[in-house]
Amino acid sequence: MSTHHLRATINGTVYEGDVEARLLLVHWIRDVLRLTGTHIGCDTTSCGACTIIVDGKATKSCTMFAVQADGREIMTVEGLEQDGKLHPLQEGFHEEHALQCGYCTPGMMMTSLAFLQHNLNPSEQEIRVAISGNLCRCTGYVNIVKAVRYAAQKMQATEQVPVSAGQGGE
Amino acid sequence: MATTVPAHGLGEAYKRKEDARFIRGQGNYVDDVQLPGMLYGDIVRSPYAHALIKNVDISAALKVPGVLAVITGKDLDAAGLAWMPTLPGDTEAVLALDRVHFQMQEVAFVVATSRYAAADGVAAVEVDYEPLPVLVDPKKALDPDVPLLRPDKKDKQPTNQIYHWETGDRAGTDAAFAEAQANGVVVEQEMYIPRIHPAPIETCGCVAQFNKATGKLTVWLTSQAPHAHRTLFAIVAGLPEHRIRIISPDIGGGFGNKVPIYPGYVCAIVASITTGKPVKWIEDRTENLSSTGFGRDYHIKAAIAADKDGTVKALRVHTLADHGAFDAAATPTKFPAGLFHICTGSYDFKHAFVDVDAVHTNKAPGGIAYRCSFRVTEASYLIERMMDTLAYNLRKDPAQLRLQNFIKPEAFPYRSALDWTFDSGNYEAALQLAMKNVDYEGLRREQAEKRARGELMGIGISSFTEIVGAGPGKHFDIAGIQMFDSCEIRVHPTGKILARIGVQTQGQGHETTFAQIIAAELGMSPDDVDVEHGDTDTAPYGLGTYASRSTPVAGAATALAARKVRDKAKKIAAYLLEVGEDDLEWEPGRFFVKGSPSKGKTIQELAFAAYTNCPPYLEPGLEAVDYYDPPNLTYPFGSYICVVDIDRGTGEVHIRRFMAVDDCGTIINPMVVEGQIHGGLTQGLAPAMYEQITFDENGNIYGSNFQDYLIPTSMETPHWETDKTVTPSPHHPIGAKGVGESPTVGAPQAIANAVVDALAHVGVRHIDIPITPWKVWSILNEKGLASD
Repeated sequence: MSTHHLRATINGTVYEGDVEARLLLVHWIRDVLRLTGTHIGCDTTSCGACTIIVDGKATKSCTMFAVQADGREIMTVEGLEQDGKLHPLQEGFHEEHALQCGYCTPGMMMTSLAFLQHNLNPSEQEIRVAISGNLCRCTGYVNIVKAVRYAAQKMQATEQVPVSAGQGGE
Repeated sequence: MATTVPAHGLGEAYKRKEDARFIRGQGNYVDDVQLPGMLYGDIVRSPYAHALIKNVDISAALKVPGVLAVITGKDLDAAGLAWMPTLPGDTEAVLALDRVHFQMQEVAFVVATSRYAAADGVAAVEVDYEPLPVLVDPKKALDPDVPLLRPDKKDKQPTNQIYHWETGDRAGTDAAFAEAQANGVVVEQEMYIPRIHPAPIETCGCVAQFNKATGKLTVWLTSQAPHAHRTLFAIVAGLPEHRIRIISPDIGGGFGNKVPIYPGYVCAIVASITTGKPVKWIEDRTENLSSTGFGRDYHIKAAIAADKDGTVKALRVHTLADHGAFDAAATPTKFPAGLFHICTGSYDFKHAFVDVDAVHTNKAPGGIAYRCSFRVTEASYLIERMMDTLAYNLRKDPAQLRLQNFIKPEAFPYRSALDWTFDSGNYEAALQLAMKNVDYEGLRREQAEKRARGELMGIGISSFTEIVGAGPGKHFDIAGIQMFDSCEIRVHPTGKILARIGVQTQGQGHETTFAQIIAAELGMSPDDVDVEHGDTDTAPYGLGTYASRSTPVAGAATALAARKVRDKAKKIAAYLLEVGEDDLEWEPGRFFVKGSPSKGKTIQELAFAAYTNCPPYLEPGLEAVDYYDPPNLTYPFGSYICVVDIDRGTGEVHIRRFMAVDDCGTIINPMVVEGQIHGGLTQGLAPAMYEQITFDENGNIYGSNFQDYLIPTSMETPHWETDKTVTPSPHHPIGAKGVGESPTVGAPQAIANAVVDALAHVGVRHIDIPITPWKVWSILNEKGLASD
């Protein structure tokens, strides 16, 4: 099995190492870098528990090889909180009771973040479409929709740029 | 005198404590556990549903870089571990010896230095199979010409039958049916509740770490019942129980899937004991859906005898249960079909008779309760479908027929024909509230107008009654262990509390709601109470979280333990205030002298005194433990109304409204209760319209990944509307009944009833779930209702 050198920026920190060509990005992030907030739920890109942001786009990291992340800017759930201040999405998920077991939550928040970059005034239907690639077995989605709307309103009010350039976004 | 009473929490939408770690990605799930030198296990599985194993060749696998060992059934057999007991008393193969009984059955366990090397090893194990005839249809299981699936069973005359079980009054039921045939009405319906899977987003897995020096085995386990699992591991593996520690850390959803013990756990433990290194085994989604505990799979034939005016008299139910290759149902010992005989539901039947035949087929083992208290969903589905069938037969409104037949509020405690004692209820109030909320009469008018225009709209009702919170221990046990539960409270000198409970959260929010129970009992803030669970070395013994039993059982233990703390605090207060205990009065957070409110001591002051100035006649410290054996189950209930529109071109069912009125007794945290209801409704929608696992004639599984097994996304899930009535349980210390499963139990039949209601005028009486567009379109086409 060939190995390749890989260098990527995750949550503003540069990580590098030698990896097997077949190593999945989610395993590099979780098992090698030990950023375990990103989860695995299905192996078939169906559930979205592994969603991270790669160069500004929500990406399911269970169907991307680690080597494909070479030179990319990545953001994971661990990058949401800045200087001890929760991101509006984190606040929204807590305030609106948008999580129960917490397993889908990181992927759900990352998908929502990528979506809100382009739409800070979403309708319920737009939010539902945006998160439709992320499965939640606990909440029935109603409160997740509310949480995303909460974040949108807060981000709009503070004119916060969702993903700053240095933090792995567009 | 006015005193400052701190927020005490009960009934408040207190925000969840556990969120702090989850929203930061700092949860600690089993697959997050990584130990130095840890190895990885992966499983070789059978491609055949039924075959003899002629040979297992591991030589090539052992040459794969990184592979350290391959464990086969024969290896386990030598250690006496090839078979493990199941909860209902069957034995299940850990690794197959000479025969495989279902597709994806475990055949060998590869141990390697990485996940990837283990997978390479699995691919290199060569198994020589001789395929055998496959039994897929449970209705043929007892035919003479089908293969005998379990020659390993020790029965005198082995057959594919697992059990025949019956309950109720057969003669009285028969007589009522004879009377109804002559002078009343009898309705009958066959229905199938398909095999489905709980499919929590986190699959099952473990990390087993055996320390050869100390002889201690630690297992991080996706377990809904860590103590029960510890005891079972001790009994099965012969390990001393005090040297087994099960840690059930954060669990990514359970829904019944994480109640049984699976072969992968046993193999990882054996591998760790053998290698002396920690071994991780995490199943992938296909393994989860195709080999771990399924739910339902009940073929039901039900009949109601009633008077001509619609007054129900008797219920008769025969069920064929498909348990797959091994009977690995999760069910209390005395009740092989669980609590299925709650099937008289919310209605006042005088007579009932139920029998269940369970059989083996070449399918994965199981029969666990998918977000349900031991087969209550099957029971509720059948009675709610049958009530509609009766209503249409008599040309009565389904709501009116229910109101006519409900057990009346004054009849509680109510003894059912199948010998349950319903604790409390007010079924009319719940249904009437739901009807008012949706303007039921208005909807019926709209439906009539639409029918006249050729449009299809349906209104479905489900007025379900649940039965949850097992024990009492004298009737309910898991592998002999009585189904009590527990709480231990330690009040620290500064008045802050650490509580540990015998149940385990998988998202229910115990760290918050159990803190609220204690805070309410002691008159303090939930902020000052931390709740721990899931570690068998520290938590008191409990039977785990499933069957909605946490709040009814461990919640009661928690309230009672807090009252023990308060009782001791009262003795200390009497000593400090130099009065008799009878002279003291309690207000939230404080004892004071009767008639002299300024003379008092707060619970914090009393806690401090317990460690610094304790009465000489009392033990120092302020702690309490309670093991609670409930006197009865609790009976949550509700009424759901679903409104659907059907597309005549595609057969697609659109859920326009879904109104859920739930009554779970006293509410600890309305925010958490509503969240549970939203999630439960979604897991009721799922089998009603999307989820099912099927098999082809060779036993090949369909529905073994999330592209075939359709979990509702945000697009299919409607905007749930909720409301409540509150009828406390009379026997629970705080009146709570439990709610996590009610909506999953109650919702499917509301949806099914709505679809049938839309088509009842053309003679449709039943459609088996999942109600797919194809099924609906086929009916539309047959009835000449399909449009281009």
